[in-house]
Amino acid sequence: MSETASSSTAITGAEIFCRSLQAEGVEVVFGYPGGAVLHIYDALYRQDQVSHVLTRHEQGAVHAAEGYAKSCDKPGVALVTSGPGATNAITGIADAYMDSVPLVVFSGQVPTSLIGNDAFQEVDTVGITRPCVKHNFLVKDVKDLASTIKKAFYVATTGRPGPVVVDIPKDVTAASCEFEYPESIRMRSYNPTSRGHTGQIRKAVDLILSAKQPMIYTGGGVILGKGSGALTEFTRKLGYPITNTLMGLGGYPASDKQYLGMLGMHGTYEANMAMHHADVLIAIGARFDDRVTGNIEKFCPHAKIVHVDVDPSSISKNVKVDVPIVGEVEPVLRELIKALGENGGKPDAEALATWWKQIEEWQAQDCLKYDQNSELIKPQYVVQKFWELTQGDAFVTSDVGQHQMWAAQFYRFDKPNRWINSGGLGTMGVGLPFAMGVQFAHPDATVGCITGEASIQMCIQELSTCFQYQLPLKILNLNNRYLGMVRQWQEFFYQGRYAMSYMDALPDFVKLAEAYGHVGIQVTQPGDVEGAIKEALAQKERLVFLDFITDQSENVYPMIPAGAGQNEMILV
Amino acid sequence: MRHIISVLLENEAGALSRVAGLFSARGYNIESLTVAPTDDPSLSRMTIVTSGSDEIVEQITKQLNKLIDVIKLLDMTAYPHIEREMALVKVRVPEAADREEVKRLADIFRARIIDVTHETYVIEITGEGSKLDAFLDALRSFPVLEVVRSGVMGIARGEVALQI
Repeated sequence: MSETASSSTAITGAEIFCRSLQAEGVEVVFGYPGGAVLHIYDALYRQDQVSHVLTRHEQGAVHAAEGYAKSCDKPGVALVTSGPGATNAITGIADAYMDSVPLVVFSGQVPTSLIGNDAFQEVDTVGITRPCVKHNFLVKDVKDLASTIKKAFYVATTGRPGPVVVDIPKDVTAASCEFEYPESIRMRSYNPTSRGHTGQIRKAVDLILSAKQPMIYTGGGVILGKGSGALTEFTRKLGYPITNTLMGLGGYPASDKQYLGMLGMHGTYEANMAMHHADVLIAIGARFDDRVTGNIEKFCPHAKIVHVDVDPSSISKNVKVDVPIVGEVEPVLRELIKALGENGGKPDAEALATWWKQIEEWQAQDCLKYDQNSELIKPQYVVQKFWELTQGDAFVTSDVGQHQMWAAQFYRFDKPNRWINSGGLGTMGVGLPFAMGVQFAHPDATVGCITGEASIQMCIQELSTCFQYQLPLKILNLNNRYLGMVRQWQEFFYQGRYAMSYMDALPDFVKLAEAYGHVGIQVTQPGDVEGAIKEALAQKERLVFLDFITDQSENVYPMIPAGAGQNEMILV
Repeated sequence: MRHIISVLLENEAGALSRVAGLFSARGYNIESLTVAPTDDPSLSRMTIVTSGSDEIVEQITKQLNKLIDVIKLLDMTAYPHIEREMALVKVRVPEAADREEVKRLADIFRARIIDVTHETYVIEITGEGSKLDAFLDALRSFPVLEVVRSGVMGIARGEVALQI
């Protein structure tokens, strides 16, 4: 790598790639080499500013880049080869698209002269990824490489963030030209809105102050938009109740008394009931997903709605809103706080007191209660203990299913960027590679991966990556020998016909962890849960795989069944 | 309701498939779609005729705007505007009497015969879609060999203009 080369010297596309990443301040790339990216890997080898993490599968690389990005304020970067390298990356790219994760994925491509010839390891990466990226590029000329990389990072990280794919043919990485990395970029076709419309802000404030039964509902946009500080100030100023979506956990401190817990299909009774009875709903960085709204016909029947979102297409997509505000969450919240002060009005204290009294009645249902005296390990108990023993301050990733919901319900996040999961796409297998990415972003932090015996097997090969890079993750495997969420639906809605949901022939996870060079501990008794977690946390340098044999029949409660409204929850 | 949306977008490889892909992925209707570069060769102008409820059309325009290659768009339906479509029609006219009659019909519709052989005419006609339909209907008693329709182009009347 010609680090000393002056800008007037021609360098290769592969070197331009490295220099561009350096210019973007990229510290780590997750990837997997192959034929089409050999020049790039050679150039990476000959420099030492950008480090490369070798995963064991391209899916793991992209998920690790997502975990990295979700846990800090930098975009994730992944590098894969052409053909199967790119197709293996698709799940991660689609996952990042659904959850608006800022990601730049570089894929190798066959040489430009062979494109379209069904060449070895050729796929139309730009075509395949088009429906699941914020944008993508095929770089056909080395002269366009640096400016395309600049655009890719700009598009991925601004507005509503998302994944951007840059497909680079092999001959482009071999060709040379002078390197100049643009300081800034302007695109006439892309100008995301940041500040909210002043008139709309005033209208919103009037509506917010007129509320008798207000509710604040916030989502992942608060985390992505670094708005949790402003949200906390705004919410406390008003004294209104607040709920977070699955993606928005940690956006508002869970230990605060105004917080009603998560809402939605497996949200708390009080959060969903307060939504249903609200007369003014303040939605911030949330997208009215079907897992949140339940039956859209029955959603918030009495509420006037204010909706703040950076993406205009999120507004009035599923639910018609009364006061839309397009803009970034943080500046809009600051403007709202300012406008509240200028308005001079105060929330209706009397109405609010009555409203809180009603909410407390709902809270008295204690909807998250579970059997504390069971002979079997209750999965909720494991999560609760992990929360207690980490003082609620760990980074927690999860996979998808029952354990994900229990993690969301029982690990109470007081800070943003601590809860890393796949909300939109619902991708099993993300938990372990997410956790790897988080640990790279926060080398000294405690990173827990709450998973299940089915999900963990979908990217289990990454245990090898964890050994290579000595990542001291704490894996909590809630092992109920079932695809738990599938089993739960089969129990409720298919008269207990458990089609293909029993996980037969499971590996011995302790031996498996040991085979990969880690520590494995199996826990079968409720009395041993606390000790095992303590031991895992004490092993600061080692990855510990805790295999908890949990109660097979446990279900996630409460639940809004499909087609029901938010006030029609099934309680325990 | 039927809407006619004009879109200015980057004249780049793949831009058309981004638009077409958006419509198929989200299940929106496309009645017709025409596209060509503008006088500024870095830009393409596309006219899309679609239909849907107000909510759906609002989403269509928002989703189109969200595409990185889309620079600007205008839902013409909201403004007085002009729509034009072109058709080329090849019709078999071996008999002199047929040629007379087809020529007469073409004149009535202000269509032009632009190619003549012993056996066939090619007729060019422009106008609103309904006019083209009426012309094709009038030709029904003759053996029409081929019909090529361009899809709709549109432009707003008066001061309203889609430009960057």
